[in-house]
Amino acid sequence: MTRTVQDLMRFATVGSVDDGKSTLIGRLLVDTRQLFDDQLDAVVQASAKRGVGDLDLSFVTDGLRAEREQGITIDVAYRYSSSPSRKFVIADCPGHVQYTRNMATGASTADVALVVIDVVAGLKEQTRRHLCIAALLGVRHVIVAANKMDTCGWDQEIFERVAADVRAFSETVGFHEVLVIPVSALHGDNVVDPSAVAAWYNGPTVLSALENAPLGSRGSADTGARLPIQWVLRQNGGGRTYAGMVAGGTLRPGDTVTLLPQNVTTTLRAIHTLREDLTEAFDSMSVDLDLADETDAGRGDLIATAPLPRVATEFEATLCWFSDAPLRPGSRWRLKHTTRSTPARIESIGGLLALDSLTSGPADSFANNDIGFVTIRTAQPICIDDYLDNRVTGSFVLVDEVSNITVAAGMIGRPHFSTL
Amino acid sequence: MSTSNNTRDEIHSLDYLESHAVFILREVAAECERPVLLFSGGKDSAVLLHLASKAFAPQGIPFPILHVDTGHNFPEVLAYRDAQAARYGAQLLVARVQDSIDQGKVPNPGPFGMRNRLQTVTLLDAITENKFDAAFGGARRDEDKARAKERVLSFRDSFGQWDPRQQRPELWHLYQGKVNSGEHLRAFPLSDWTELDVWTYIQQENIILPEIYFAHERDVFLRDSMWLSTNEFVELRADEVPERRTVRYRTVGDASCTGAVLSTASTLSEIITEVSTTNVSERGATRADDKFSETAMEDRKREGYF
Repeated sequence: MTRTVQDLMRFATVGSVDDGKSTLIGRLLVDTRQLFDDQLDAVVQASAKRGVGDLDLSFVTDGLRAEREQGITIDVAYRYSSSPSRKFVIADCPGHVQYTRNMATGASTADVALVVIDVVAGLKEQTRRHLCIAALLGVRHVIVAANKMDTCGWDQEIFERVAADVRAFSETVGFHEVLVIPVSALHGDNVVDPSAVAAWYNGPTVLSALENAPLGSRGSADTGARLPIQWVLRQNGGGRTYAGMVAGGTLRPGDTVTLLPQNVTTTLRAIHTLREDLTEAFDSMSVDLDLADETDAGRGDLIATAPLPRVATEFEATLCWFSDAPLRPGSRWRLKHTTRSTPARIESIGGLLALDSLTSGPADSFANNDIGFVTIRTAQPICIDDYLDNRVTGSFVLVDEVSNITVAAGMIGRPHFSTL
Repeated sequence: MSTSNNTRDEIHSLDYLESHAVFILREVAAECERPVLLFSGGKDSAVLLHLASKAFAPQGIPFPILHVDTGHNFPEVLAYRDAQAARYGAQLLVARVQDSIDQGKVPNPGPFGMRNRLQTVTLLDAITENKFDAAFGGARRDEDKARAKERVLSFRDSFGQWDPRQQRPELWHLYQGKVNSGEHLRAFPLSDWTELDVWTYIQQENIILPEIYFAHERDVFLRDSMWLSTNEFVELRADEVPERRTVRYRTVGDASCTGAVLSTASTLSEIITEVSTTNVSERGATRADDKFSETAMEDRKREGYF
């Protein structure tokens, strides 16, 4: 059997409109020969039809009619690439402020953010917004492509100025050891192949930086294992097992586990999977758990090991607001947290995040694309960890009860920005 | 954000993809009232059916499977469809494009006309009549540039339409399955799988496929640089001369517009080698209906296509 042992990394492009995110992904795919001949031909034809030169690399990911007409990215495009040891899921995100919700969609599942900056234009407000959202969403690692180096004659001074700006901002929002790479996506310098133009740069290319970036678990080792129950499986000959995906931590047969919010403690008897029984289950694995004692557990409950999460009906959270209608205190929503949905109310607004200073200021409401802090009350208890400890038990969405549209991304607790 | 000391290096990419597909199947089955799994008899829906059986084992699959039958079938595929439904104990529903034609809901394309686009009406009628609020599909984002843009849970309004400019936010793995009456979701558990992932998984799990996926001899002719099979749904033009070639199919679709590829790959290992080294995309090699315009797939998806 040919089973290649690759891990899987998800990365998202972030940054302002027109700084060249889609062009960089197009370049990455073309230069690693991940595009099929007919796909490349189609891009060449579309470029000619729209009079934008021989090969508009942004058309590799900007596949919608409206995107090609306007030369912008409206929604996330997912592309796939692979190296001998790693499979990449690429989310090419839009840069426009009005499509911030789509950027958040792409970044919420990313391990790494690939930040693209037009080196001549410098660090824009929208780039700061995206870096801030990437940090809030728990992206573990950032790689910065200082793009369009060809337009400033590969001036090292201009590069160093932008690199210093982006490093300082990144540090404030909690990204450390940020790698900044001088790049020309248009000409392919330092994307896959090292640039022959910039003798002063000896660091890695974008591709090698991605190949060597660390992967993160969705949960911290400091909190216990978590398994939100999705479905109860009735076993042949009686008995039940509890199916779900492990979110951080490690589960082993014999572990003492607690069913929440019921607060019933029992022993994990066995871990079944889709293939075989396991001696160990960890993050991102779909398993079903056999517990030693009969329990009255169902969808929406949580199986956890110590240290246990909090069981709460009121908590503080950071919200990214995505609706044209403003968010006001007292408003009522459906909240989805892990596999549980419950009515929820905004008790109070604790402040609005100012993107320039990264400080919290007073506010009565949130407008579309605002980020701020709220206290929420839920009808049913939910089992929560701080988002910084666990991306699954720390996250939730607010949904409009009439239209069923998701209006906010929520993270339990406050971010660890040095300015807050 | 270095909040974690854990690494994920123990879970390999195919296990990750399988695990997430099962997660999506379970979420949608739990959140939606009446899901259905769209089963074409192709390799992607074969993988989807297999995953559905694993996700709910030892219980049966808690939703029916639906075949939208254009009437232009490869005979092996119909036999395969029935055998797979029986093998997995799934309830099989069939919606026929011919019925939509007979009822005057779609124009009669004539005996040799393409029926691929007409399927949309038949599919949407079946969804309405059965009050399905979610339809699982085997579509993958690597297939087409419009599909590359689509959410895992993709909203359809009461006309069955997809609006690519107004897609709903989809944060983390918090899939939101509630819709209002008359609306529905398309759910794509294989969104992040590539063609190569699908074949590797088929080999790993010993999933049975229709024989037309493996190299065989067939009478074919070239049309628009694609190898089409001679059959009762295709009328040869004056300059088209059938010849006997060794071919296989990379996709299974309407027999009048799905192309074969010249290939001697007759085992899964040989197919995996071939797919790893090909220069032509799956749809580029095999689907005439995608060649009409730059945004053929986007246009069909907007109308409610798969």
